[in-house]
Amino acid sequence: MRHLLSIEDLDRDGIERILARAASFAEVSGREIKKLPTLRGRRVLNLFYENSTRTRSSFEIAAKTLSADVTNFSPSGSSVEKGESLKDTVQTLSAYDPAAIVIRHPHAGAAALVSRWTAASIVNAGDGKHEHPTQALLDVFTLTRRIGSLDGKRIWIVGDVEHSRVARSDIQAFTKMGAHVTVCGPPTLIPRGIEALGCDVRFSLEDLREADVVYTLRMQNERMQDAFVPSLREYVAQYQVNGRRLSPRQVLMHPGPVNRGVELSGDVVDSPQAVITAQVEAGVVVRMAVLYEILAGARSGAPAPATPGPVLA
Amino acid sequence: MTALHDPRLSSIDGPPADLVIRRAHVLDPNASIDAPHDVVVRDGRIAEIAAPGSAEAPAGTEEVDGEGRHLFPGFVDPHVHLRTPGQEHKEDLETGTRAAAAGGYCAVVAMPNTDPVLDSAPLLRSLRDQAAREARIPVGFMPAITVGLRGAVMTEMAELRAEGALGFTDDGKPVVEAGMLRKALRYQKLVGGVIALHEEDPSLSGDGVMHEGAVSARLGLAGIPSLSESTMVARDAALALDEDARVHFQHLSARESVEAVAAAKAAGAKVSGEASPHHLLLTDEAVLSLDTRMKMNPPLRTEADRQAVIAGLRDGTLECIATDHAPHARDEKDVPFEAAPMGTTGLETAFAAVYTELVKPGVLPLALVVERLTAGARLMDLPTPRIAVGEPANVCLVDLAARWQVGEAGYESRSENCCFAGRTFEGRVLLTVAAGNVAYRERSFAVSAA
Repeated sequence: MRHLLSIEDLDRDGIERILARAASFAEVSGREIKKLPTLRGRRVLNLFYENSTRTRSSFEIAAKTLSADVTNFSPSGSSVEKGESLKDTVQTLSAYDPAAIVIRHPHAGAAALVSRWTAASIVNAGDGKHEHPTQALLDVFTLTRRIGSLDGKRIWIVGDVEHSRVARSDIQAFTKMGAHVTVCGPPTLIPRGIEALGCDVRFSLEDLREADVVYTLRMQNERMQDAFVPSLREYVAQYQVNGRRLSPRQVLMHPGPVNRGVELSGDVVDSPQAVITAQVEAGVVVRMAVLYEILAGARSGAPAPATPGPVLA
Repeated sequence: MTALHDPRLSSIDGPPADLVIRRAHVLDPNASIDAPHDVVVRDGRIAEIAAPGSAEAPAGTEEVDGEGRHLFPGFVDPHVHLRTPGQEHKEDLETGTRAAAAGGYCAVVAMPNTDPVLDSAPLLRSLRDQAAREARIPVGFMPAITVGLRGAVMTEMAELRAEGALGFTDDGKPVVEAGMLRKALRYQKLVGGVIALHEEDPSLSGDGVMHEGAVSARLGLAGIPSLSESTMVARDAALALDEDARVHFQHLSARESVEAVAAAKAAGAKVSGEASPHHLLLTDEAVLSLDTRMKMNPPLRTEADRQAVIAGLRDGTLECIATDHAPHARDEKDVPFEAAPMGTTGLETAFAAVYTELVKPGVLPLALVVERLTAGARLMDLPTPRIAVGEPANVCLVDLAARWQVGEAGYESRSENCCFAGRTFEGRVLLTVAAGNVAYRERSFAVSAA
């Protein structure tokens, strides 16, 4: 695997291979000295066109744990205002000879486009409303550690599916792992034709009890301003996942950051059935596994992990 | 010299051609010809149509070998963007008309969404002067319906008509307010000229970048529903009927729109419609690649929509094929899909695309396609090119068997954003004569003077 651009590109075997690697890295995280020499001397560039605290820091920690040299590049604002095109920025950064570029961009397909302009391996850290593949991988990782195989499990994804790249990647990843996915939210925030991804659509939480896993999405304030829903109050009344709606056997997930009191009530966030913190932890080892896979994995043709050479591919 | 084109068209008036095209299969549905002939062009006009090999031409007349080739009337495109003035980095009058000539066109009609917008008589006059110096084939102009395409105030249509405006359009944008369009349709009773409409309800299209459906849901791209187009077609057809006005619907893409046009015609409205090669050949599945050449407005829609547009073209609900040739510079298209401007080039590929994908498989008859490629003239109140004695020579010679890959040898257009890039087509234009002038010769096509 040379790039990670989308979940769509991966099959079940590919997902399982990455997650097995992540499981082996999870042991390292438990050690006193959390460092592996695998990517020593190789450069990883974080190119984030959108604000992100957890995804960027998670990638940064993952790369540093593998001993890569990490540079964060945030062109949002300044460079865009100066009028530099994405292509020019990428070609400029390619002159630094990075082994990998981790990119987040507000437009769908940006990561795939960038992969054609540079020799570096590309990791998609979110492209518009299209995909967020590492989030989906860490979600599958977290979930399988909690409940085992996803085969036959029922997973509900609740909230603003329309604007969610997490939902699009998760629907595909969960489905590939054998789960049955239902998306649920206000009809104005469920895109027409989403069933083509292999999920069911519901507009009410009435049957939420059938779910083994409830995955809630972040509800952004601006959706109210754009009149997708009449009011926050009405959204909460219809779609908040709370103690009344959630049953104790269900696992609760959220990609973060949580709006307490909006999509989730405070009590369920803090309940033992929530695996939200475990998702964050999984983020690091899964991203380590992804970087390993594309930069040091068997098919990349790169040097074996134990023998980091003077590598600047 | 008497101009060999309509006075409202402008082009370089070069020396009128003297040629004899030997043994080509002449196919002109408008002149009811479908057989091999010799065609003699003298002083830019068709002087004789004779049995193959029998025409006598004066010494020195260029002989063109048409054996095994087809001679069609020159095509007329009622909808192109020549980007002049203001966006000459995308296209100009010279490159745009060169591309048109290479596609077999003998006349094109330029849209007004330039910078500045073509919305005043002085600007139209200067553009026509420029076209007389730069355009390889005759160009007609459609100025804006509303000043600055802002949808608020009518342009000075009477003065523009006197300066040669063929009709009016706010193409690129819809006339959002029904009341505004109604005023323009009423004013048409004074000034004449067709009102051509780009149909889109912005409250439905929003910030959409492709057709709304399964593909947009998968890609996470904002969608443009078919209703955005079809509801406006229905609304404006009702206005046209009520005002007895002449309205032309541009680049129709949705099944519901074709149905709305058919219903309006059945009710007696004087409306017409056009189909674009990309809507005839491609669907929104092509957008899965996120190739920005597949981004245009209206967007590529579903297979059912494509079939409806084909059926509409076949039964005459849509009278003509129009390319909506919309060049954009490479760096403008070399961006993520959502950030890219809408539009594909089309002049150089229209005939070959439709011939290869719809005529060869038997979906549409060749004669019908040739008629639809020339019908734009009638819709713009221009004389239809005909291969008949005494007519100005507007012809293109085509080798239907020649296979070529789109883009392999570059483009005549200044831009290369062609949605058919890389596809192999059959049907190569070898020679185009527009308004009696030789406007294009294919590079490898040898001609020999007698």
